[in-house]
Amino acid sequence: MKSDITKVTTHINPNEALIFERSQPGRIGYRLPPLDVDEQSINKLIPKEFLRDDDLEGVPEVSEVDVIRHFVRMSTWNYSIDQGMYPLGSCTMKYNSRLNEKVARIAGFAGLHPLTLAEDAQGALEVIYQLQEDLAEITGLPGISLQPAAGAHGEMTGVMIIRAFIDARDGEGGSAKRRTMLIPDSAHGTNPASAHLSGFSVKTIRSTAEGLTDLDHLRELCSVGDVAGLMLTNPNTLGLFERNIKEICRIVHEAGGLVYMDGANMNALVGVARPGDMGVDVIHLNLHKTFSTPHGGGGPGCGPCCCTKELEPFLPVPRIIKTPTRRGSDRTEGAPDVSTSQPTRYNLDFNYPQSIGRVKAFFGNYGMMLRALAYIQTHGYDGLREATEAAVLNARYIAHGLTSDYEKPFDAPPMHEVVFTDKRQTRKGVHTLDIAKRLIDYGFHPMTIYFPLIVQGAMLIEPTESVGRQELDQFIEAMRSIAREAVEDPELVLNAPHSTRIGRLDEAAAARKPVLRWKPKQAASTAQ
Amino acid sequence: MRYIPNSPDERADMLEQIGVASTEQLFESIPENLRLREHLKVPAAMSELELLKRFEDIGTRNQAAQRISFLGGGAYSHYTPTIVDHLISRSEFFTAYTPYQPEISQGTLQAIFEFQTLVCQLTGMDIANASMYDGSTAMAEAVLMAERVTRRSKVIVSSAIHPQYLEVAHTYVQHAGIDLRHALYCTELGTTLPESLSALDENTAAVVVQSPNFFGCIEDVSALAEKAHNAGALLVVVVTEAMSLGLLRSPGACGADIVVAEGQSFGVPLSYGGPYVGLFATRDKYARQIPGRLVGEAYDKHGRRGFVLTLATREQHIRREKATSNICTNEGLIALAATIYLETMGRRGVQEVAHQCAQKAHYAAREIEKLAGFSLPFSAPFFNEFVVRAPASASPMLDQLAKEKGIDGGIALSRFDSERPNDFLVCVTETNTREEIDALVDGLASFTAPV
Amino acid sequence: MANVPDNLHYSKDHEWVRVEGDTAVIGITDHAQEQLGDVVYVELPKAGEEFGAHDSFGSVESVKAVSEIFTPISGKVAEVNQSLADEPEKVNKDPYGEGWMIKMKMSKSGEVDSLLTAAEYEDFTKAESE
Repeated sequence: MKSDITKVTTHINPNEALIFERSQPGRIGYRLPPLDVDEQSINKLIPKEFLRDDDLEGVPEVSEVDVIRHFVRMSTWNYSIDQGMYPLGSCTMKYNSRLNEKVARIAGFAGLHPLTLAEDAQGALEVIYQLQEDLAEITGLPGISLQPAAGAHGEMTGVMIIRAFIDARDGEGGSAKRRTMLIPDSAHGTNPASAHLSGFSVKTIRSTAEGLTDLDHLRELCSVGDVAGLMLTNPNTLGLFERNIKEICRIVHEAGGLVYMDGANMNALVGVARPGDMGVDVIHLNLHKTFSTPHGGGGPGCGPCCCTKELEPFLPVPRIIKTPTRRGSDRTEGAPDVSTSQPTRYNLDFNYPQSIGRVKAFFGNYGMMLRALAYIQTHGYDGLREATEAAVLNARYIAHGLTSDYEKPFDAPPMHEVVFTDKRQTRKGVHTLDIAKRLIDYGFHPMTIYFPLIVQGAMLIEPTESVGRQELDQFIEAMRSIAREAVEDPELVLNAPHSTRIGRLDEAAAARKPVLRWKPKQAASTAQ
Repeated sequence: MRYIPNSPDERADMLEQIGVASTEQLFESIPENLRLREHLKVPAAMSELELLKRFEDIGTRNQAAQRISFLGGGAYSHYTPTIVDHLISRSEFFTAYTPYQPEISQGTLQAIFEFQTLVCQLTGMDIANASMYDGSTAMAEAVLMAERVTRRSKVIVSSAIHPQYLEVAHTYVQHAGIDLRHALYCTELGTTLPESLSALDENTAAVVVQSPNFFGCIEDVSALAEKAHNAGALLVVVVTEAMSLGLLRSPGACGADIVVAEGQSFGVPLSYGGPYVGLFATRDKYARQIPGRLVGEAYDKHGRRGFVLTLATREQHIRREKATSNICTNEGLIALAATIYLETMGRRGVQEVAHQCAQKAHYAAREIEKLAGFSLPFSAPFFNEFVVRAPASASPMLDQLAKEKGIDGGIALSRFDSERPNDFLVCVTETNTREEIDALVDGLASFTAPV
Repeated sequence: MANVPDNLHYSKDHEWVRVEGDTAVIGITDHAQEQLGDVVYVELPKAGEEFGAHDSFGSVESVKAVSEIFTPISGKVAEVNQSLADEPEKVNKDPYGEGWMIKMKMSKSGEVDSLLTAAEYEDFTKAESE
């Protein structure tokens, strides 16, 4: 069958050296107003030994035009969501709305100093409060902190909350007996790393042949009596919903532990089901996944931590509250006494003696909170559910389209992401890495590869709701074409990509002798 | 919903094609008693027009954003050239993913490589990572790294470090088996004296100081480095006002082993506290212990130079619980903004900005000192922040100044230390004009009643 | 097909031992280096450190993976292959020769006998991959 797929063609892609290699002494890219106060000799103001004496050597000198061309050229070397789909499982690469960008730049927010007194930052606090309310509704968990700056940070916060709860409940001696965190073999690497930060050691739970948490193994591990908690992702990293989630939570609770849910896969649940209803005690969210805040080439993110009422006292401080409230607090910063006849006020509340403490200076990645709130309000309750439905449908559609050419290790219908293995292709010597690189020649960013670890040569595909049918069909066609190439012309796949500025890089050499910064060339040595 | 490309008809068609009877059936694997029967209790969808108006209204309630500001304390008002926001708003930068596939991420990777280089140049260190969340968490991670490197469990932190940074460090170490001790600062000078490091011994992993510190005072980093090294401990230097690196001797040149900083001063909006960017730099020999992502130079088989994420075996996705940190997503786009800022301002610009900050701040300090009843309690040299002691309670005075004159004159230290009711922290940057400074001085003058 | 020299002893953790008098030379097998891929870094102990059998004495890193290395026998480290710091690829190119990692003074002479022979190790790796 003739493929309609057009492989990408190479086109002019400018070269661009490092800015340091462009630098020319005397070039200027800025202009400041002249100094308008009486200038004194700097040595009089600050003793010489504290002053710089290297004239910032090496920092580039370029014109504004140089900077513009430099970065515009470099930008053309990047793939991005605006260009096309990222089928990256676990990443939820959905559309980053421009409207959200505009909201984040409103001067009243963008220009506001974080140490502004609460009474002069009412608008800013209202945004935090509103987002808290919406996320509580979405997750079914009333306790929220928006302070963590990314998912891993939110995880650390959540696991520390578990630790604090157990310390308070069991006392030091009792808590010392509970230092085990159970983590599935399919978990994201941040999970065990975060557990470690709270002084826990990790025990791995097996998955069943179906790809779900092995309940018997869970019961076995819980019976030891040293379990502080279980960290799981739901739907899991195979894209499958843990249908026994209520039973899982019950087993862990009965054994005296708590359940932490990694919220990375919330895109399959928003508006359809809520972690709080499942028995989960604490979760983190990734605003840069489910709530569309942009990935920015590696951040910023925002990783809210949400928890049950029982765990609320342990959340980071300050908490953002609204007065009049149900509970009075005596140490709210910057707030005069409010009587109930006064209008709504937002305040910072530090009066939580059991709090795990601060996890970041100021309030967290505030700019991302603005964007996430704009996302929620743009979608509304209808749109939020619609997005979830479309995301799951898209993944199911891809799963359906690829099963004839790729081996799908689990039969259960996937949610918002689906995993395949390279078992069929490896028979011809073509591996997941090669398939991923060849996909680039078809104009797509590769899917997530080699994760989760429990699937050989895993290819985890999550289209999100932001992909139209034609593009889904194109992706399916591209993958099918690669499967054919793997049989008919494997070299094409093994040496991919062919259409990019640079080919596969020698990462081993880079890791053996790491060069992590530019350095000026040594002046040629004169004859000695 | 306009962000969802497939129309309801297209979706119905797709369902049919894959043999699923209805949208509801897509969620069959979720037990029925867990599926929501009612819609979420969040408001109905809003159009762009309505939404923008709403947020703009809310924004106007942040009165402080319009005021003349002398606020510092970990977040600084500097001028950002127009092209910074313009360039980071390019689709290819801000909607790009983490550069795990180097062949199609060279834009991001090369930018990070330049960022790492600039951080090394400014801090005077050998290697820098691709960013941490912010200065406070970077400091906490530096404490954890010092313990890893030295295998010692005590860390001395100066009490002249930003109070919120100290809180974060305490949170991070509470289960790490690290004993954090506070070293007092000298109340006359305002700095941390080497003699005050009484807890320094062979169990000390690191001494952590901030310079300029929370009070704006410049610490004698070289002397503290020597003291720490004599005990076999590392010196960690924290910088909250990164612009100070344009004028002051680099921490690296003073003997620091790890330098962490808040990079917000480099082209990043205040944005009520975030997103900011943490800088993390250290010596070559600690390359395998540094947390966070690293970008390195690499070549393809045709000898073409490119850049790639490297030394990934330190990180969580490979080493899992033994990783140097759990960090994954960091502050990529903010690091890019800082990179563009630094390259636009360049070698001359960064120094000129720093120079203006220092000159204006010292002018302000001189003028305030002339006011009856006002004094500068700390005698150590400063860069662009300094503490003022007012003749009466600072908090209500600053409040009045804000409401009547539209000037945020400083941060009342009573917010952090109840034993400093009359002190407030003033920050002056290149964005404060002489008129503004004179207005601040006049405003404060009205609080000195002539005797 | 991975190389499995006859004159060596092997462990189930994919290390080999060559006995030279009372010294044991230890490294990782050809099979192990194949599985790892290009070795970029080897973390080794210092001379003088002591280990019991099956203790982890270091790690081997490739670009995308890190593996701990376990000593098959008990003893004290007499010598460490310093050249691996600059040329970790020796572990790939010559795992039984120039890619040796540590030399240990054996503390329990009979221990090597409980290790696998070349044939046993070959069977073991075959069974593992099924």
